[in-house]
Amino acid sequence: MTTASPPAHATRHEPRRRRASGDTERGFSRVFRWITTGAGVLLLGVLAAVAAFLVARALPAFTASQAELLADGKLPAGVTSIAQYVGPLVFGTLLAAAMALAIATPIAMGIALFISHYAPRRIASGIGYVVDLLAAIPSVVFGLWGGRVLAPLIADFWVWLVGVLNVLPFVEFRATATGRSLATASIVLAVMILPIITAVSREVFLQTPKLHEEAALALGATRWEMIRTAVLPFGRSGVISAAMLGLGRALGETMAVLMILSTGLGYSLQIFGAGELTTIAANIASRFPEASGLAVNVLIATGLALFIITLAVNMAARAIVARRKDFSGAN
Amino acid sequence: MAQRIDVKDLNIYYGDFMAVQGVSMTIEPKSVTAFIGPSGCGKSTFLRTLNRMHEVIPGAHVEGSVELEGVDLYGPEVDPVAVRRTVGMVFQRPNPFPTMSIRENVLAGVKLNNKKISKTDADDLVERSLRGANLWNEVKDRLDRPGSGLSGGQQQRLCIARAIAVRPQVLLMDEPCSALDPISTLAIEDLIQELKKDYTIVIVTHNMQQAARVSDRTAFFNIAGTGKPGRLIEMNDTATIFSAPSEKATEDYVSGRFG
Repeated sequence: MTTASPPAHATRHEPRRRRASGDTERGFSRVFRWITTGAGVLLLGVLAAVAAFLVARALPAFTASQAELLADGKLPAGVTSIAQYVGPLVFGTLLAAAMALAIATPIAMGIALFISHYAPRRIASGIGYVVDLLAAIPSVVFGLWGGRVLAPLIADFWVWLVGVLNVLPFVEFRATATGRSLATASIVLAVMILPIITAVSREVFLQTPKLHEEAALALGATRWEMIRTAVLPFGRSGVISAAMLGLGRALGETMAVLMILSTGLGYSLQIFGAGELTTIAANIASRFPEASGLAVNVLIATGLALFIITLAVNMAARAIVARRKDFSGAN
Repeated sequence: MAQRIDVKDLNIYYGDFMAVQGVSMTIEPKSVTAFIGPSGCGKSTFLRTLNRMHEVIPGAHVEGSVELEGVDLYGPEVDPVAVRRTVGMVFQRPNPFPTMSIRENVLAGVKLNNKKISKTDADDLVERSLRGANLWNEVKDRLDRPGSGLSGGQQQRLCIARAIAVRPQVLLMDEPCSALDPISTLAIEDLIQELKKDYTIVIVTHNMQQAARVSDRTAFFNIAGTGKPGRLIEMNDTATIFSAPSEKATEDYVSGRFG
C-alpha cells in the first residue's frame, strides 16, 4: 500500500517544497532579488518606452498625404515621399558603419591577439591602457580631429587612390579635394569603435582554455597555428559580439560624422566624393534645430528606421553566434 | 617508429625555482614506462620536458640533456615545434578541440604538419587512427559531429587518435585516466597495451595499480619537503619496484604508507 503512494505524494508536495525553499531567502538576499528583477524590468520598460515614442511620433509622417509632406515636411529637394527620404539615409548609415567595421575589426583583433598572446606582460598592459584611453575621448573631439586634421591630410591619398581605382573598367569614382567624404568619416568611426572591439576581443582571447592551447602546441603547432586552431575558433562568437557592439556605436554616431562629412542624399558608392551621402544620426542632428511640426515627425521616422536597423543587426549577430552552438565549446 | 630516450642530469626550473633535480634515466623503445610518486614530486613536470612542453610556461627552463636516439632535444639547432611533432602527448583531462568535428580533431595535427592531404588519404588516416585508438566502431557514423559531444572516455581516446595520427615516435600520457570512470580507464589501459607495439610510451599516474597493470618499467619520484626539488628515487622493472624495491621510500610509497 505505502509503496504505491510515494509518486503521488511527491507530486502533491512539490509546490509546497518550492515555496519552502523561497522562504529560506531572507533579508538582503530577498532585497537583492527584487533589485535584480527590477533592473531587468526597468531595461525592458525603457526599451518599450523608446519604441512607443518613436512609433507614436513617427506615425504622422507615414499617414500624411504627399501634399502635406511637400508643404510642411521640409523634405530635401527632389524627394516626394518618406520612403525616398529614409532609403538613402539607411543606405548611407549602413555603408559608413560597414566600412568602419571592416577597417576596425581586423586591427582590433590584431591588437587583442598581440596583447593576449604575443607581447611581454609589461608591454601588453601598456598597450591595453592606451587602447582604453582612446575610448575616453569624446566624439566631438574625434569629429574636430577628423574634420580639421585628418580630412586635409588624407585628401591627397584619396585622390591618388581614386586615380588608381578608375583604371579598372566600369569604375568611375570621384574624389573631393577637401577630404570631407564618407571614407574619411569611416576611418574616424573605425578609430572610435576600435577600443570596444579590442577590449572585448582581448578578454575573450585570454579566456581560451589552457587545455586547448596546449593540445595544439603538443601536436606541433607554431604560435600562429595554435592561435588559429585553438584561440580564434574559441573566440569566434565573442569577436562577433564585440564587432556588433562596435557596429552599434558606429551606426548611431552623430557628431563625428556631422563634423567631417559634407552631406548629400542618394544611393551612391561615391565614398570619396563630397555631398554624396549622409547617415541617419548626422542628418537628424543637422536638421532637428530648425524642424517643426511635420518635419519633426519625418525626422523621428528616420530615427525609427535607425532603431529597427540596430535591432536587426543585433538579432542577426545572435543568430550567427547560435548557429554553431554545438561547436562553441560551451557544452 | 619507436625511439629510445636518454635523460642525463636534468634539472628543471620554473624561473629561479628548481622543481626537479638531477634526473638521469633511460626509457626503452616499444615499452611502457610509468612515473609514480606523491603529488608535487615533479613527475608531470618531468614528463613535459620530454617534448619541450615545459617551456610553454613563461620562465620555465631546463639544464642537462634529453636525447632521442642520440639527438639532444635541447640542442641549439632543435626547433621545439619539431620535437612536439615527434613526441606526442595526451593530457590529464580530455581536450578535443570543441569547435571541430571528430574527423577534424583527428586531422588537426596532420593539417598543421603538411597542410595538404587528399580526401581519400584523409579518410584512410581518420579510420586508421580511430581504429588505433579503439574508437572507430563507436564514432564511424558520426564523424561530423562535434568531438565534445562524446563521453569522457571516448574524448580521451579521440585525443589519443589525434596524437597518433601524426605518427609520433613517442607518446607521453599525463595521468590520462584520472578524469575517467573505471570502464573507460580499462579501455585506455587495453589501448596502451596495443600501442606499445609501435610506440615508446611514458605514462604518469597517481594510481599504483594502474602502473602495475600497464607498465614494463616504473620510476618512483619523491620530494623531500615543500619548496625542495623533486628527485628520481628509483627506477626498475615494474615487478621489482612493487615487490622488492631497493629504497625504503619506494617501499613505503608502493605499500601505501604515504602519498
